[in-house]
Amino acid sequence: MSTLLSSAARTASPRSALGLLVAIIAVMALMPTFLPTYHVSVLTQILIFGVFAMSIDILAGYAGRTSLGHGAIFGTATYVVLYTVTQYGLPLWAAIIISVLAATVLAAIFAALAIRTTGVYFLLLTLALGMIVWGICLRWSVVTGGENGIRGDIRPVEIGDALSFYYVTLVCTVVLTFAMWRFIRSPFGLTLSGIRDSAGRMRSLGYDVSLHLFLGFVMSGFFAGLAGALYALFNNFVSPSTVALTQSVTGLLMAIVGGVGTLFGALIGSFVMITLENFVSYYTQRWPTVLGLVFIFTMIFAPAGVLGTIRALRSRRRG
Amino acid sequence: MSEPILRLESVAVAFGALRAVDGVTTTVSRGERRALIGPNGAGKTTLFNAITGMHPPTEGRVVFAGEDVTRMPPEKRAARGMARTFQITNLFNQLTVEENMLLALRGLSPRKFSMFGNRDLDAEERERSDRALDRVRLGARRDTAVRELSYGEQRQLELALSLVMKPSLLLLDEPAAGLSPTERTIVVEIIRELPRDLTLVLIEHDMDLVLGLVDNVTCLHEGRILVEAPPAEIAGNKAVQEVYLGKPRHA
Repeated sequence: MSTLLSSAARTASPRSALGLLVAIIAVMALMPTFLPTYHVSVLTQILIFGVFAMSIDILAGYAGRTSLGHGAIFGTATYVVLYTVTQYGLPLWAAIIISVLAATVLAAIFAALAIRTTGVYFLLLTLALGMIVWGICLRWSVVTGGENGIRGDIRPVEIGDALSFYYVTLVCTVVLTFAMWRFIRSPFGLTLSGIRDSAGRMRSLGYDVSLHLFLGFVMSGFFAGLAGALYALFNNFVSPSTVALTQSVTGLLMAIVGGVGTLFGALIGSFVMITLENFVSYYTQRWPTVLGLVFIFTMIFAPAGVLGTIRALRSRRRG
Repeated sequence: MSEPILRLESVAVAFGALRAVDGVTTTVSRGERRALIGPNGAGKTTLFNAITGMHPPTEGRVVFAGEDVTRMPPEKRAARGMARTFQITNLFNQLTVEENMLLALRGLSPRKFSMFGNRDLDAEERERSDRALDRVRLGARRDTAVRELSYGEQRQLELALSLVMKPSLLLLDEPAAGLSPTERTIVVEIIRELPRDLTLVLIEHDMDLVLGLVDNVTCLHEGRILVEAPPAEIAGNKAVQEVYLGKPRHA
């Protein structure tokens, strides 16, 4: 019991998390039966961005390194899928593998340059690297189509309709969420948390801190790339805004709203933000203003995010 | 046996014009217990950082177990059997005591790279962790988050983290700093109970604490070695008294 309590603050205990997970998956699987098509595609988007936000949380919440370059990693995969399929007629599976590989390689380059920095320097360096990718996508119009981007109906007919693609995405999300959860709960995942708490102590214990951060960043980029590849299938279109800073910020905000360092919180954050955006946009065009307000209120009243606050309340009540 | 475990040759650490450590030469033999004393700013912790590689020396050589480690990063020195504790408590605050021990145990094991495996302790690790925690009287606190430990307990965990690495040379940076008299007694007992084949270098201000614990004392002053002698001689040494208490004034 005491194990459960002490770990509840940061990570859910395996058993309660599993129960909750099964319930959530069941609800998510049944959702489309109540919802019109448009809302099914909103749900799909929530899942994809949830995976993306979780990949950011691996670094921000566990390794203590907040990246503003993940939008570029995500969007690179989206670009590569659309480009290789529309230009070279590559089979989709091959395009997805190549795109995730490209995103992972890009993450490795980002990592090699950024891991020696911390705090605001890490933030700014990843931001600058992301901006470079955005600049390339904007200007290298022969390949990227410039501001017009790349359009292509790449989704196979079998999963062409919104409903079946939703289920494909749901399965992918479950698998990837499980993989990321295993990753942060692994011996290696613990070393990232160790580095977050004290890099100096880690070094004196025999850890090559740079190597661990590098591998952590690459893994995080790998997951962001998978989300980006899924997004290519979802959107059938990519433009520079997919790799832009806003993309990174959106993902980070989702992780923050859900609760940094909770992993699953990122899914909640994605749900909250995308639902809110759709709801707000129905009444006003001032979504960015509302977004800013949401962020400010989160920071003031629930800096631990939705899931972080729930866990803190629960452990206080039981303690 | 002839080769000392640690040899410092004219080690200097300069921060710009300030020479915090200024030409320290000494040897520590295997199994020796050495105290490093000196007033604030004498360069004790800086010397520790030079020995462990946290801040490598700007001049001179550090030879550990017969190998020149002067330019080696801390993690490689750790792999060769060097462990340290920190003057300012330096633990993994958001993790539990057991998770702290896990990280200390796996620093030198390939299992630290297991990305999707189970993080739980295996039988051998469990035994090592339990032994180290029992040694520092934290056996019952395994599942507690570090930030919920008392300050004294955190100092004890500092010791456990370095002990579980099975080092051959252990550097303790003011292990009893800021502790109550009762807590100090616990830490002294823990240190006294350490195996005799473990070489210890210990920074400590409290002469009473040091006297019964060590074989030799090195007194640093302004980055240089002032005196190096057995504890009995240090207590009555004029030079040592002067740097601690100031020169007697003759009116």
